[in-house]
Amino acid sequence: MKYQPVIGLEVHVQLLTDTKIFCGCSTKFGAEPNSQTCPVCLGLPGALPVLNKKVVEFAIKAGLSTNCSITPRSIFARKNYFYPDLPKGYQISQFEDPICQHGWLDIAVDGDTVKRIGITRIHMEEDAGKLVHGELSGPGDGSGVDLNRACTPLLEVVSEPDLRTSDEAVTYLKQLHQIVTWLGICDGNMEEGSFRCDANVSVMPVGSNTLGTRAEIKNVNSFKFVKQAIEYEIQRQIDLIEDGGTVVQETRLFDPNSGTTRSMRSKEEAHDYRYFPDPDLVPLVISDEWINRSRQELPELPEQRRQRFMDELGLPLYDAEVLTASRALADYFEAGIAAHSNAKAVGNWIMGEITRALNDSGTAIEACPIAPGQLAELLTLIDNGTISGKIAKTVFDEMWRSGKAPQVIVEEQGLVQVSDGDAIERMIDEIMAANAGQVDEYRSGKEKVFGFFVGQVMKASKGKANPSVVNELLLGKLKG
Amino acid sequence: MNIFNMTIHELHTALKGKQISSVEATSAMLKRIEAVEPNVGSFITVTPEHALAAAGKADQLIAQGACELLTGIPLAIKDIFLTEGIRTTCGSRILHNFIPPYSATSWEKLCDCGAVLLGKLNQDEFAMGSSNESSAYGTTRNPWDTTCIPGGSSGGSAAAVAARQAIATLGTDTGGSIRQPASHCGCVGLKPTYGRVSRYGVIAYASSLDQVGPLTRDVADCAVMLGALAGHDPKDSTSVDTPVPDYSATLSQGVKGLRIGLPKEYFIDGLDPDVQKAMDAAIDTYRRLGAEFVDISLPHTDYAVATYYLIATAEASSNLARYDGVRFGHRAEADGLLEMYTKSRSEGFGSEVKRRIMLGTYALSSGYYDAYYVKAQKVRTLIMNDFISAFADVDVMLTPVAPTPAFKVGEKINDPLQMYLSDIFTIPVNLAGTCAMSIPAGFSAAGLPIGLQLIGKPFGEETVLQAGFAFEQATEWHTRKATI
Ligand SMILES: [Zn+2]
Repeated sequence: MKYQPVIGLEVHVQLLTDTKIFCGCSTKFGAEPNSQTCPVCLGLPGALPVLNKKVVEFAIKAGLSTNCSITPRSIFARKNYFYPDLPKGYQISQFEDPICQHGWLDIAVDGDTVKRIGITRIHMEEDAGKLVHGELSGPGDGSGVDLNRACTPLLEVVSEPDLRTSDEAVTYLKQLHQIVTWLGICDGNMEEGSFRCDANVSVMPVGSNTLGTRAEIKNVNSFKFVKQAIEYEIQRQIDLIEDGGTVVQETRLFDPNSGTTRSMRSKEEAHDYRYFPDPDLVPLVISDEWINRSRQELPELPEQRRQRFMDELGLPLYDAEVLTASRALADYFEAGIAAHSNAKAVGNWIMGEITRALNDSGTAIEACPIAPGQLAELLTLIDNGTISGKIAKTVFDEMWRSGKAPQVIVEEQGLVQVSDGDAIERMIDEIMAANAGQVDEYRSGKEKVFGFFVGQVMKASKGKANPSVVNELLLGKLKG
Repeated sequence: MNIFNMTIHELHTALKGKQISSVEATSAMLKRIEAVEPNVGSFITVTPEHALAAAGKADQLIAQGACELLTGIPLAIKDIFLTEGIRTTCGSRILHNFIPPYSATSWEKLCDCGAVLLGKLNQDEFAMGSSNESSAYGTTRNPWDTTCIPGGSSGGSAAAVAARQAIATLGTDTGGSIRQPASHCGCVGLKPTYGRVSRYGVIAYASSLDQVGPLTRDVADCAVMLGALAGHDPKDSTSVDTPVPDYSATLSQGVKGLRIGLPKEYFIDGLDPDVQKAMDAAIDTYRRLGAEFVDISLPHTDYAVATYYLIATAEASSNLARYDGVRFGHRAEADGLLEMYTKSRSEGFGSEVKRRIMLGTYALSSGYYDAYYVKAQKVRTLIMNDFISAFADVDVMLTPVAPTPAFKVGEKINDPLQMYLSDIFTIPVNLAGTCAMSIPAGFSAAGLPIGLQLIGKPFGEETVLQAGFAFEQATEWHTRKATI
């Protein structure tokens, strides 16, 4: 039998606010355990939550960027369960009436086809703390609780079960990742858990209308693992059914070392979270005015920018996609074309030399030592014939190293292109005299030898000879 | 006159006139506490060092001419208010060792006025009870008859005023926990409108119902205390940002033409005859003073107690989850995490608290949520609407506070339902979120105090206080003192 996998993703997006969602404590990563806490995030008796407005602004932006409608009156709810990293014994989240609902993302599948993936909801919630095992000061083998992360703001983005393959899931996830980092509301760091994903996976016979029983896979914290975990889980469920077994509803944990999933808790062991509206927080009322203001503040989103690069600058789809991989890269490109009119050339340099140098040195585009304006200056030097494209690469390397302006490097190192016909002619004459055999070969019809002469001239000029002048003169001389 | 018999106003006059210092007054109060405490048991913790230090500071202020109404006044507060560096138990064993690192906003506000803290008062555990019998620190006795309960849950707060162990006290009211003990102990007790006073730093029982309020010897003192407590607190999202009137300034406006509603559902056949008599007499008094009476109806009153015990317990079951032995409070010796949770909570909580946690957990459980919690919220809305429509015709309502005077210690301890019914007249006010005050209105044949309840519109504390003050001026019930 053939099976159709059905996949939905729940993504936790840690928000880049300076302070926590319900108190004024810092959200900085990596501080001394429990140093960034107060009565509110410690869950002390009598402490009360106060909503951080910035979190709401970020949530609205995320919602608008994923085609959600913003709920005019949304409610915070308590999700009740006991765990030592959860100081109040409940997590403040949203259940009924989350802030964003009914959105979607269009993803490209199999090259050109566009598929719309529904987004059920986006809600705001607080993160839990962290358990620290083993490395405690003090006696015994006890565990410690670090509540620095407790009360850190999260968005949970829940998709409809519209995804059918692990590739679709990864494409969707990457697009969502791009949007939240583009908006500047999340640093997107998956290793540190700033962007983490749970996957709901089920399979059903092809043609069936009834969804199979799903397993929820937790702890998949890279794009690669998402693909691995989903593929493993699909196969596991198919094998199970083929062997006459049934899939049980459960939560499974992905093990990145083995690439497998294993059962964490069954449906029977699942918590009854006893959600109810949090009486400590008043309903969150979001006016149309607020939504409109947020809409106006939204940056141009990757998809829109991609389209504009194609329509207005005539870039091919591939270039447009690469150049909008991140907002910073797209901004860099736009700053470059503001100083140089040839968008295709600027794009090529960014996708080529700049990207290579960034990758080789592990530098982010935000920290690129060559400013977009300097790159434009370099291209202008090529355009006006001051240097050749080849020399430009040498200049580029020096710019990367020293941070000097291209003009300065060209002058200091005497790299100005030789376009003077007389000088080049002299070089050609000398080379032809020294290589009479090859001259004869060419003249007897072996035109490939032409390349040899070009090489010799460039070598003699230390690469500075203007290639088109060389070509023209050489052709004339050889033809005799 | 004995210092401990004084009102805030009387002691203020004496302090301002330098007839007495705050340290002297505080010492006198501490002596009084020591003398009567064995018979009353109002306190969980007495804080003489803090008290004398604060009194010394107050005396310096007074010497500099900065003598506000509460400067140097010795007060005591329910042990539900967090006090930085001073143990706060909420009447529970689970917090027997809890020293808070911060203070409740309401108490901080009184401190800022120069008030002096004598100690922390006894209460029903986590404010769950109507008799103070659920405290893990012994039962407080009614100063008028020590075989009787003082009411609850702010029983210590009412008893301390009645036994003159503090000039005034702070309590909290979730279903009547200020008004019912005030009625039983013959003092004035006000539950302000929900959102009028900050709940920050007050240990939560039922967050949508809890409200902080004063217990005092007379209405004028109550107005002073409310003025100091009221106002928006940025740390409490449910506190409301409406201006705080000068409650004392408008106190003596009288009740001429005031329209007082008598909800028929509160004057039932089963009402204790002494209570009924006191209500009749009060109505006569108000008529004499020029008030008009209007018969009104609050048709959903019958559902109030059931609604309350679903909403309050649901919220409590969640609010009390943080007492898990992990970060503070009682932690039992245990081998594993689950055992630590179970043992700590089993040992730490008393039976009434456990009963309410279970009730609330059940009401929120999947499969029961709609039938219980959601339905209770709907009924709560109906009860609110009852009050809104009734207040279209009247300025305040007059009702009994409790169906009977104080009952005997142990009388209802094994009958939770009977106990729950003693809050039948106070609970609807919390569900509606409005304000109400209990003032002394007579005595039973057995010599126990009987209070009357004045219910006001939301943020109508001014009118309630005016009506209470007018009654007080025309009667002498509030001047009687328990002989203890
Ligand atoms: Zn905090």
